[in-house]
Amino acid sequence: MAETFLPLDSVLTEEGLCASSDLKDKTLLIACGALAREILAIIKINGLQGLILECLPALLHNRPDKITDAVRTKIHDARSRGASKIFVVYADCGTGGHLDTLCMEEEVERIEGPHCYAFFDGLDVFAERAEEEIGAFYLTDFLARQFDTLIWKGMGLDRHPDLRDMYFGNYDRVVYQAQTDDPALEKKARAAAEKLGLDFVKRETGYGELATFINKAASV
Amino acid sequence: MSDEEEDIILSELSDEELVQQMHDDLYDGLKDEILEGVNILLEREWTPYKVLTEALVEGMRIVGIDFRDGILFVPEVLLAANAMKAGMGILKPLLAETGAPKQGKMVIGTVKGDIHDIGKNLVSMMMEGAGFEVVDLGINNPVENYIEAIEKEDADILGMSALLTTTMPYMKVVIDEMKAKGIRENYVVLVGGAPLNEEFGKAIGADAYCRDAAVAVETAKEYMAQRTHNQSASS
Repeated sequence: MAETFLPLDSVLTEEGLCASSDLKDKTLLIACGALAREILAIIKINGLQGLILECLPALLHNRPDKITDAVRTKIHDARSRGASKIFVVYADCGTGGHLDTLCMEEEVERIEGPHCYAFFDGLDVFAERAEEEIGAFYLTDFLARQFDTLIWKGMGLDRHPDLRDMYFGNYDRVVYQAQTDDPALEKKARAAAEKLGLDFVKRETGYGELATFINKAASV
Repeated sequence: MSDEEEDIILSELSDEELVQQMHDDLYDGLKDEILEGVNILLEREWTPYKVLTEALVEGMRIVGIDFRDGILFVPEVLLAANAMKAGMGILKPLLAETGAPKQGKMVIGTVKGDIHDIGKNLVSMMMEGAGFEVVDLGINNPVENYIEAIEKEDADILGMSALLTTTMPYMKVVIDEMKAKGIRENYVVLVGGAPLNEEFGKAIGADAYCRDAAVAVETAKEYMAQRTHNQSASS
């Protein structure tokens, strides 16, 4: 695959990522902007061919009710541009099963899992930890980088920091799932935990089941 | 809501103007102004129930409409809720003393595995504002908590809330247990939470899915009216 230009995180958060207009005979990955960097890294590391990546704005993380329609529009648009195969690289992400219904209707495959931090961790492991980590607020590399924009500002805490405990009062820790070994990101994640008044735990997950899914998409 | 810059002296406003101003202040999440407004109306010998319904509940109803329409967002709703909660802090003991129409009793809590209680807290507050007695079980409730509470409290309504796709199926566990114990029909079961929808509510056997706190109040009132009607008809 030709090297895809990776926009700034702020662009991935607010606008997403569009590929070239011609998708004829290509396999398109429709993903959350929060996964762009990781997907491109997996493609590069594994030398995968024939995959095109397009992303919806990561800001939809805060408006899950809008995700399904946005993915539907993207699927229809991709088909009109000739895409031969489409994969949806979104967890359920709070759509309450609507995204799965859409994928069934459109006959496209979605990566399994309720949240991106579930497939980074591994779905079985994540489910096993659910009870013990009921008070965990998860950050990925992307969320650590975009914490101020997506979470602090996105939830209005920049304007109303006094609302912090209404949002996070029942949480007890930030679990930072590190996809990469980057001390600067760890520092950001620690700062985020401090800002939220929560304990900090770092877990090195790598790309987890995201890598499995992207490799599968390339092989179909 | 209000762009006026000059200071408004609440105590100098007529009752009608003050109530209108309190609606604006609720909308803007101004807790101190709401506390002052509540006290002024009480000093003017408004009943606590009248203050609650006309100044606070009506103000929050407007907030709820604008939230539903995408004009207000969660932070603004939370600020408004904080302001209303402060006002209710003054009114609740007075309501208990002076009496107010009772709509019914609700037990509410977030389901096992779910700690997200913002929606549940809003519903609790609005239900109380509408005259329901609310027993709030808090977060992360296993089925036993719900069953014990609805029986012990002789509740009319059970409310369950979930924010996560992974926890919302637990609502069915609770409803199935109610069926197994033969008590399902004794209660109105209302469910809510961001990932839910009407279809899900029906599929798990709830009486209704409520998309927000205002809908929860209206739905609860309708069911209570039906129950009263049915009880009258059968007696």
